[in-house]
Amino acid sequence: MTCPINGPRPVSEFFYHGELRPMPDPQAATDDAWADYVFNRNGAPGVKREWWYHLPSGVWFIAERDTATDQVLRTYLYSDAVAEAVQ
Amino acid sequence: MKRLPPQAGEWIDRGKPLRFTFEGIGYEGYAGDTISSALLAAGVRVLGRSFKYHRPRSVLSLANHDVNALMQVSSCFSVPNVRADVTPLAEGLRATAVNTIGGVARDRARFLEWLAPFLPVGFYYKAFHKKSQFPFWERVFRRTTGLGTVDFSARRKGSPKRYAFCDVLVIGGGPAGLAAADAALRAGARVALVDENPRLGGSGLYNLGGADGERQAEETRRLAAIAAAGAVVYVSSYAAGYYADHWVPIVTPGHVVKMRARAVVVATGAYEQPAVFRNNDLPGVILASAAQRMLARYSIAPCKRAVVLAANDDGYRAARDLAAHGVEIAAVVDLRGANSRGAVPPGTLVLEGHGIHEALADSQGALRGVRVAPLARDGTLDGYQAREFECDGLLMSTGWAGAAPLLYQAGARMEFSAELQQFVPAACPPGVYAAGRVNGVHGFAQKLRDGAAAGRAAAAQSRKPGSVDGAAPSCRQERAQSGMPSHPYPIFAHPKGRNFVDFDEDLQLKDFFNAAQEGFDNIELMKRYSTVGMGPSQGKHSNMNAIRVLAKILGRTPGEVGSTTARPMFHPVPMSHLGGRGFMPERATPLEGRHAAASAVWMPAGQWQRPEYYAVENQTREAAIRAEVAAVRGAVGVIDVGTLGKIELFGRDAGAFFERIYTAKFAGMKVGSTRYGLMLDESGVVIDDGVIARLGEEHFYFTTTTTGSATVYRELTRLNAMWRMEVGIVNVTGHFAAINLAGPRSREVLAPLTALDLSEATFPYLGAREAQVAGLPARLLRVGFVGELGYEIHVPASGAAHLWDQLMKTGAAHGIRPFGVEAQRLLRLEKGHIIVSQDTDGVTNALELGMDWALKMDKPFFVGQRSLEAMGRLPRKQALVGFTLDEPDTGMPKECHLVIESDEPAGRITSIAHSPAVGRVIGLALVAPALSKVGSTLNIRIDGGRMVRATVSETPFYDPKNLRQKQPETA
Repeated sequence: MTCPINGPRPVSEFFYHGELRPMPDPQAATDDAWADYVFNRNGAPGVKREWWYHLPSGVWFIAERDTATDQVLRTYLYSDAVAEAVQ
Repeated sequence: MKRLPPQAGEWIDRGKPLRFTFEGIGYEGYAGDTISSALLAAGVRVLGRSFKYHRPRSVLSLANHDVNALMQVSSCFSVPNVRADVTPLAEGLRATAVNTIGGVARDRARFLEWLAPFLPVGFYYKAFHKKSQFPFWERVFRRTTGLGTVDFSARRKGSPKRYAFCDVLVIGGGPAGLAAADAALRAGARVALVDENPRLGGSGLYNLGGADGERQAEETRRLAAIAAAGAVVYVSSYAAGYYADHWVPIVTPGHVVKMRARAVVVATGAYEQPAVFRNNDLPGVILASAAQRMLARYSIAPCKRAVVLAANDDGYRAARDLAAHGVEIAAVVDLRGANSRGAVPPGTLVLEGHGIHEALADSQGALRGVRVAPLARDGTLDGYQAREFECDGLLMSTGWAGAAPLLYQAGARMEFSAELQQFVPAACPPGVYAAGRVNGVHGFAQKLRDGAAAGRAAAAQSRKPGSVDGAAPSCRQERAQSGMPSHPYPIFAHPKGRNFVDFDEDLQLKDFFNAAQEGFDNIELMKRYSTVGMGPSQGKHSNMNAIRVLAKILGRTPGEVGSTTARPMFHPVPMSHLGGRGFMPERATPLEGRHAAASAVWMPAGQWQRPEYYAVENQTREAAIRAEVAAVRGAVGVIDVGTLGKIELFGRDAGAFFERIYTAKFAGMKVGSTRYGLMLDESGVVIDDGVIARLGEEHFYFTTTTTGSATVYRELTRLNAMWRMEVGIVNVTGHFAAINLAGPRSREVLAPLTALDLSEATFPYLGAREAQVAGLPARLLRVGFVGELGYEIHVPASGAAHLWDQLMKTGAAHGIRPFGVEAQRLLRLEKGHIIVSQDTDGVTNALELGMDWALKMDKPFFVGQRSLEAMGRLPRKQALVGFTLDEPDTGMPKECHLVIESDEPAGRITSIAHSPAVGRVIGLALVAPALSKVGSTLNIRIDGGRMVRATVSETPFYDPKNLRQKQPETA
C-alpha cells in the first residue's frame, strides 16, 4: 500500500475504514435515504474509493481499489480528492 | 531390498550409521536417510495402515505426499503424524505407525475392510444424520479412524518468526527453478530460492533416463552451484502459501520466514499421479519418480523385479534408470497404442496397448505380481485375456498434475490443456510467473528455457513494476515440445473394486459413481460429500483423477468440470511454527510503582493494567473495597485515572468541531469550564463519553474512555481530514498523568499544594483551571464521576509520582486512601453514572440511556443526530434503568443475567453491586420499555435458574440533587 505521505509500506501498517460515501444532507434526506446511507453497503466487486489510515504516522487517505482483484490503483489525500472534484 | 553400491551424488553418508526403532524393532540407517528410506533399505515392506480400511500401505511418492506412512515419533516427547518419507532419520529415533490397533503388522482394525460394503460413500453424513446416534458414531470413528495421538505432556516450543525481502523469489529448486534463479541473478536481482528437499536439483538429479542423464545432472549441478553462490537458498523448506503483494511464508525446519518479494517465480513442478486399478495401493506399487528418487538419493533398489506401467516418456526413463542399477524388468506395460514406446534396454518386454488389470498381494499384503490385460477400444481392460507377471515392484508413470496451489492462491487463471491433459496457467497476476512442469513444460531442455524466461521477466518486473506483462511468458513452444506427459484416463474399473482414487481417505472408484448418483455431481459437492482431497495430502494425488472420473460420469472435459482450490498451507505446518509469543503490549501509568507499593491487586483495562483494589493484610477483598468506598464518601480518596484518553484540540474551529462530534453544546461554553459529552456513531449508537475542558478560546482539552482513546483519536483525525476545519488534534494520552482526588476533604488536601483559589465561588463544580500544583504545571477539572467534591488533576507524566506522594502526605491527616477501579465502579453506580461499553453495547443508542439532557437535538448537526431524530419517532426498543433488589437474601444477580417477562428475555443487568450508602443491592439494567417505569418489577433469572425480584427505581441512588459535588468550603 502506498501512503501518499510515507510511500509504499507493508499493508499490515494500515487500517481500513470503509468506502468513502458522501453523506446526504441530513435535513433534506428522507428517513429511508438516511437509513440507506447509515446501514447499507455496496458489496459488489469493482473499483471503490476507500478510507485508509497509516497507523504509525496517523495519515488518513483515499485509496482507489479494485475489490475484485484487490489491486490498489492509486492513493491520495482526501483534500486532493476535493480539489480534484472542484476543478 | 538392499543398498546399491556407493555412487556419486547419493544423499546418504555411509560413514555415519544411525540406529532407530520402528514398531519396537531396531534398525540401522545412514545420516541423510529419511525414516522411510531407511526402513525400505532394511527390507520393511509395510510402513503404515490406511485411514479407513486399515489396509497395509507403504511408500507412494517419497516426496512428502506419503500419507499412509505417517508416524508417531518419540524423542523427548511424542510427535504425531510425522511424514516418514521426508523426515530425516536421527540417532535413537523411535517411530510407530499411526492409526493401528496392536501394531502395523497385525493391525486388529483390518477387519474394517470386510465391512466396506456397509461403509458407503458419505457414510459420515449418513451416520450423523440422526442426532440420537451422534455420540455412538463419534466414539466409533474416533477409535477406528484418524491419525496420531497428541502428547499433552509436550512442552511449549518457541519458534521465532523471521522477516526477509528479495527482488525475485523462486519457489522450487528443480531445473526450471534453477534456470530462473540463474537468469534473475544475471539480471542483477536479489534472489531467494526455496526447495523442500535438503538439496537443490530436483528431478534434474534423479530423472536421468540412462544415456543423456549424466549430462543433464551435470548441468543441474552447475546451476545449483550458481544459485548457492548468488542467491539466499532455503532448503528443506517450502513456501506454505501465497498472500497479497508477493508475501510468502517459508516454512523452514526451525521457523517461519515471512518473505516479501517483488516478483515470484513458481517452479513448483508437478505431482506424479497414480493410475487407478484394483489393489493399486499395495506396498510395492509406487510412482515411477519415487523409484527414481530411491535409486539416485538413497541408493536403494525399489525392488528386485519390476513391472513399469507407462503412458509417457518418463516411464521409459524410469525403466532405463532401473536397468542401469541392475533391477530386472519383467515388462513395460504401455497404456498407449502401437508406436508410442520409448527406448528400453535390449530384451525388455514391452506390451503396448495394455494396462494393469489388478495387482496381487502376498501373505503380508505386499505386492507379489500383477495381471496385465489388453486394452479394449473403449479404454477398458479385458480381464479374461489377462497375463500374470511376478514382480515385487510396480512403477506407475501415467501422468502429472501441476503443483499449482500457489498459483491458484495468487489468482492465476488456470485452463485445462487437452494436449497436455493438465491444468496450466493461462494468465498469472502481475509479478507472478510459472515455469517448468507446473507451467505445462516437461522436457529438461524446455524447462531450462522456460525457467530462464520466467527468471528474466521476474527480474525486470522487480526493477520496474508493470514493465513486463503479468501474463505467463510465452511458453507455447516449450509446452508443444513436451509430448503427451499425461494419460487422459488411466483409471480402470474392476468388479471387485479396491481401485483407490484417494489413498488418504480410502475412496474407491465406485464411490464416485455412487456420489454422482446421489446427486453430488459437481466437483465442489463431490469433494465435500466423498471427502476426496480432504485428507492430509489435500488431494495432491487424488484431485486430478477425481476430476477425470467426474468428467467421465458427466460426459464433459476436465476443463469443464473445473478444479477445487487448494488453500494454504501447502503442507501441514507444525503448530509450534505458527504459534508465537503472545504479543500483547501492556501499558503502565507512571504511578505503577506507587500502586505496587500500596499492594495493588491488578486487573486489565484495555491495554492497561489498573489496580482493582489495594489489598489490606487480614482483610477480604470485599472488606478492602468497602473501606476504600467509605474513605471517599467520608473523607478523601485518590485514584489513578491516567489511563483515560487525553486529547488536545487547537484552532479557530475547535469549538465548532466539538459541536459536530459530541452531543453537547459548546458554542456558549466559557473558558475555564467543562462539559460532559456523548460521542455517537452515525447510527446513533453511543461509542464514547468524556469531559471536555475549554482552556482557551481556541484550545480544548478532553478525556475519552480508557479503552477508547486510540479509536476516538483516529476517528477524529479522519473527520477532520474530511471536514477540513481549522483544527489541530494531538493525542496526549501518554504525556499526561491524571489523578482524581475525591471526597468531602479533598479541598483541604489540595489547598496546601497550590496557590489556586479553591473556593466554590471562584472554582466551582464543572470548572477547569490551569495552575501550579505541588510545583507542577497542572490542569484541574472539577468533575463528579464518583459523586463527591473532587478534582481531576492532570500533570505531565514525569511529575505523577511526585504529585501522588504530595497528596498522600497532605492527605494523611485527613485519612486519605488510594482506591481502585472496583470501588470507583460502585461509587459511580450509586450516582447512576454509566460506563460506555459496560452499561451500553454495540447497538445501544443514545435515546435509550435516559440521558436526554446530554442530547442537544436543536444543534444544527452532530454525528448520529439525524439517526436519533428518525428513531425518536419510533417506539423505543429498550431503556436503561436503575433498580434495587427486593430481597437481597434470595440470591445475588450478576452482570448479564437476564430479566424475564412472560417466559421471554426482556432485558439484562449491566451493572450491579451492594451499595453501603443506600443499604441495598443496586444496579443498572437495559430492559424492555414496558418495564422501564419507576416501580415496575423486574424478574431476574440468576445462576442455577432461580428467579429474584427487583424494582425499577430513580437514579441517582445517592445524593440525587448533586449537593455533595458542590460542597462549599468549610471556613
